[in-house]
Amino acid sequence: MNEISPASPNATSANLQIKAALLLLLMLALVGGAIVYLMYARGVFEAQQTLVLLADDAEGVAVGTDLTFSGFPIGRVSRIELSKEGTARMILDVPRKDAHWLRTSSIFTLERGLVGGSHLRAYSGILTDAALEDGATRPLLVGDTSAEVPRLVASAKELIQNLKALTAADSSLDLSLGQMKTLTEKMNGRHGALGALLGDEANVQKILTTLDKTNALLAKVDGLAGKADTQVFGSSGLVKETQATVVQLNAMLADARTSLKKVDAVLIEAQAVGANAKAGTADLGALRAEVEASLRKVDHLVNEINRKWPFSREVELKLP
Amino acid sequence: MVQVAILEHHLGKNLQPLSASLKSINDFTLQWFVRAWRTIHFAALILTLALSPASYRGDNRVPMAKQIVAGTGQNLLWFTVLCALVSLVLIRIVVVTALSYGLSKFALEMVVRVLVLELIPLTAAVFVALRCTLPDGMELAEMRMHGDLDKLQRLGIDPIQREALPRVMAGIFSVLLLVAVSCVTSLVLAYLAIYGFSPWGFAGYTRVVGQVFSPAVSIILTFKTLFFSLAVSLIPMASSLYETAQTSLVPQHGRSKAALELSGMVRLFSVILLIEVASLLVNYY
Repeated sequence: MNEISPASPNATSANLQIKAALLLLLMLALVGGAIVYLMYARGVFEAQQTLVLLADDAEGVAVGTDLTFSGFPIGRVSRIELSKEGTARMILDVPRKDAHWLRTSSIFTLERGLVGGSHLRAYSGILTDAALEDGATRPLLVGDTSAEVPRLVASAKELIQNLKALTAADSSLDLSLGQMKTLTEKMNGRHGALGALLGDEANVQKILTTLDKTNALLAKVDGLAGKADTQVFGSSGLVKETQATVVQLNAMLADARTSLKKVDAVLIEAQAVGANAKAGTADLGALRAEVEASLRKVDHLVNEINRKWPFSREVELKLP
Repeated sequence: MVQVAILEHHLGKNLQPLSASLKSINDFTLQWFVRAWRTIHFAALILTLALSPASYRGDNRVPMAKQIVAGTGQNLLWFTVLCALVSLVLIRIVVVTALSYGLSKFALEMVVRVLVLELIPLTAAVFVALRCTLPDGMELAEMRMHGDLDKLQRLGIDPIQREALPRVMAGIFSVLLLVAVSCVTSLVLAYLAIYGFSPWGFAGYTRVVGQVFSPAVSIILTFKTLFFSLAVSLIPMASSLYETAQTSLVPQHGRSKAALELSGMVRLFSVILLIEVASLLVNYY
């Protein structure tokens, strides 16, 4: 391009102008698209409601910090200011479509981690409560990890001191361990654990003597048991005789069973006799009926004779 | 008396180099201010012409279109490809490092801040300066030396409007377009590197981008890019139009053309560095 640009042919210049226009259009599209996208990302196109959170200290919270519910961002800090009471007022924008997660009973916390920024969290335990109204003011509970560190260090220090006291040369633990050592030494000594338990040599001797006597006693008891065994279980012992008696009893029982069978037969016969007697009694009834009928006939006959008989006389005895 | 004369003689001998160095410092400062003033004056002139509709009409239209297409077209594709590759490597490094420290939720914010807010505008400005505006400035200087600009003047055509303005506008436009394209590419690559080809990370991604691009940060990015583009386009043109051996900061006896170019480049990069430092100060303090 060392010389002045000569007049370009119309086609080339038109081509150039179209290309330049396309580049301009690309640029405008990119910048316009970026602006619209950023506005969308900043929530410009969403209907918002405000929420005011009050905290003693707004350290770690910046404009743009998210308010999360169950790990999902549902709002962001739009402004932080100092109230007249000296507390921090954080004004949050919550999109209306997410506002239903916030209820009148919701709790808001600020947690400061060791790494990264602070986290604003909302907890809604009862989702059936009334929805949080627009512009509501709520206190912010602050949970500070870094504030816990000094407390933790103090506790750890206390713990270490206690440990030191425990492990010191004149501590109770050290004395106990010393005594334990003495005890184990005694246990490893001549009389073992017995010596450690009783402590005194004389007592140990007494216990040993007692044990010896007990042993002798046990030997005697053993002899007695042997004899008793012979008497009870020997060849002429109690058990053997009992067995013989039982055999005899068995024989007696067999006899008794036979006798009973015989009695049974007798009873059957007696039953048969009884049955015959019953039949006989039934025949006697018929006989009696017949006799009675015959008597009535005789009576009737006598009456008839008496009636027909001319010599009928008064049989009735008349008293004067 | 003899002793006093000897003392004065010695003092005079010692003061001579001192006064010479003071004079050179004085000249240096004066010329620095002169050059700064000329650059500002040139910038005002160019911007006035740029805001004038006549600069885009008639015979001026074609040179303007030509410079814009030539300046941007040759850089756009290569710069976008290179920028995409470097961005991909940086995004991967940041994401993997953040993941290994358990800070993956901060990775995206860091990627956006480092790449889009800081690296890409700076790289684009340097790229356009090296590939487009510094060579254009040299071209203009040669045209001036050959008397082409005077010829134009004699023909009744404003050489600044015809030759300098299109190159400056091409430089400005080139920086802005490269920054816009590369930023969008990097943002898309960051999304793909972190979430893959899944649409479900879009809401979280948009939220983080929205958090990073607060109004203040967006305005600072816009102004920084604008000042980069102005510096990259105006300083080489101003140097080429006004810089001569006489107006140079240091004596140019026997200095080559390359040395002049190099000093112009250093000056340009110093200004770019100053803009970057200023933007960092405003952004993070």
